[in-house]
Amino acid sequence: MSDKAADSAFQPEIVADNGLLHRRLFLTQGVALFGTGGLALLAARPAGAETLTVPTWTKTIGAPMSGYGVPSKYEDKVQRIVRPGAPGSPGTGRSVTPLELINGTITPAGLHFERHHNGIPDIDPAQHRLVIHGKVKRPLSFTVDSLLRYPTVSRIQFLECSGNSAVGWAREAAQQSVGNLHGLLSCSEWTGVPLSILLDEAGVEPGAAWVLAEGADSAALSRSVPLPKAMDDAMVALWQNGERIRPEQGYPMRLFLPGFEGNMNVKWLRRLQVNDGPTMTRDETSKYSDLMPDGKAWLFTYTMGVKSLITSPSHGFKMQGPGLYEISGLAWSGAGKIRRVEVSADGGKTWGEAALTDPVLSKSLTRFRMAWRWNGGPAILKSRAIDETGAVQPSRDELVAQRGERSNYHYHGIQPWSIAATGEVTNVHA
Amino acid sequence: MSTPDRVVLFSALLLAALPVLSAESPQLGTPITPAEMAAWDLSIQPDGRGLPAGSGTAATGKAIFAEKCVVCHNEEGKGQPFDRLVGGQGTLASTTPVKTIGSFWPYASTVFDYIRRAMPLVAPQSLTNDEVYSLTAYLLSLNGVTKERDVMNAKTLAKVKMPNNGGFIVKYPETSR
Repeated sequence: MSDKAADSAFQPEIVADNGLLHRRLFLTQGVALFGTGGLALLAARPAGAETLTVPTWTKTIGAPMSGYGVPSKYEDKVQRIVRPGAPGSPGTGRSVTPLELINGTITPAGLHFERHHNGIPDIDPAQHRLVIHGKVKRPLSFTVDSLLRYPTVSRIQFLECSGNSAVGWAREAAQQSVGNLHGLLSCSEWTGVPLSILLDEAGVEPGAAWVLAEGADSAALSRSVPLPKAMDDAMVALWQNGERIRPEQGYPMRLFLPGFEGNMNVKWLRRLQVNDGPTMTRDETSKYSDLMPDGKAWLFTYTMGVKSLITSPSHGFKMQGPGLYEISGLAWSGAGKIRRVEVSADGGKTWGEAALTDPVLSKSLTRFRMAWRWNGGPAILKSRAIDETGAVQPSRDELVAQRGERSNYHYHGIQPWSIAATGEVTNVHA
Repeated sequence: MSTPDRVVLFSALLLAALPVLSAESPQLGTPITPAEMAAWDLSIQPDGRGLPAGSGTAATGKAIFAEKCVVCHNEEGKGQPFDRLVGGQGTLASTTPVKTIGSFWPYASTVFDYIRRAMPLVAPQSLTNDEVYSLTAYLLSLNGVTKERDVMNAKTLAKVKMPNNGGFIVKYPETSR
């Protein structure tokens, strides 16, 4: 880490090589503090504004209200990127959040990533039931309407598929957008009933240690959840970003386990079986376990590792000439809050601390920003997150040294982007 | 299901009968019996608890596989377009690991559980318990885990030890990641 002194009182402080500027540039009231020097950096735009006219939409009556708003027609390219499964099984694939086309930290519900194991069920909420049974004193069945009368909590949390970024394990860097590479990642405000309330009502018996959660979809997907997690911050989520959960996110309800791999957050939740041990379902043994180089597989790797990505600029962007740019990205950890994000513009030789955008929440997405004065030369941008437990996001080399290249899941290595003198941005292993 | 009045009445009865319950909790669940939820109670535990009555052999399983499974899993479960189910023993530590029921799955109970709940993809939960036992027998036999003439039922399947049973390292509770 190198912290370079400010060039002068009127220049942004350079905090790392190849043009990274102090986060104060974003934390304070704009660039005025830097005087004309700072403004000059921002002024790298074409001279000669066009002559303004009064447009049609200012001179005609506008559209009326509507029952449910949709994005501007000019934004119709902002879509999930759909990757179907094998031919004949459209419900087994995934769609990813286009991280390069959105900003902030909350994912619009319609752009939340999808991963289904046999399609989206069309569930009539009047007929849906949530059953709690097994090692409980009182096996209970809940209607949706009854659960809507329970006390609720709301939390802003990320959800990430454990197979997100899996292409990172490949030796060759894939030339795809950041959404294609890492878009099995979304963040929503989830509202629902704390699972502990429902388990307490059923009365967990001594000796119980796990809760099997099962969906009502035609994969009847099931995962075993450790009882301590179920009693801690687990939620039966009914609402997402203020509206009832969308069908593709588990309508009428899903399990939500903050920080745990996506697949455990069972959608279309219909059954919770309290058990003395894990059930060892297909989706927690033959899938979603991590094969190590010695042929042994890690079982129950639940918590998503500390991770960050630069979303702008990223693959497919074209730099518009030398000047001041905002580097912007996302950081998160399944273990808690993000403590710090560092950015490098020289491939990791020197690092500067990025500004974290409030609020910085536990097991949530945190937006980071960094000012960068691109000199027009080659650069390699990287970001590195550190969470409140002190865990540091590893490089790809460190991750591969620990886990080999065949573990499929839980890739959370540093993502480098190469900036060429031409302004092209590509994915590299560096 | 219950009308709200009945729910309230029932909740009051529960509260009276079971003073350990939290008075702050809404108590809107309806008691359900094992018989009432039998159609949903599909999970099989790794020691075989939950396995239903019924039985099957590899011979009957082979016929069902040819009819209902081969289109996705290919002849003798060699895979394509969907998962390969057979073979791969000894490959897990190589650079091209092949993860199948025989090479990777740690518990035989999972084979029955998964086939019964989710297969075939186009008609899940359509197989009888005898058919699921038969398919399980066939796939275990193809993998050399059981013998071709072995009868699979609740008792015998619970005793099947999978080749890779010792191949997993439990990472929860987490130590360091």
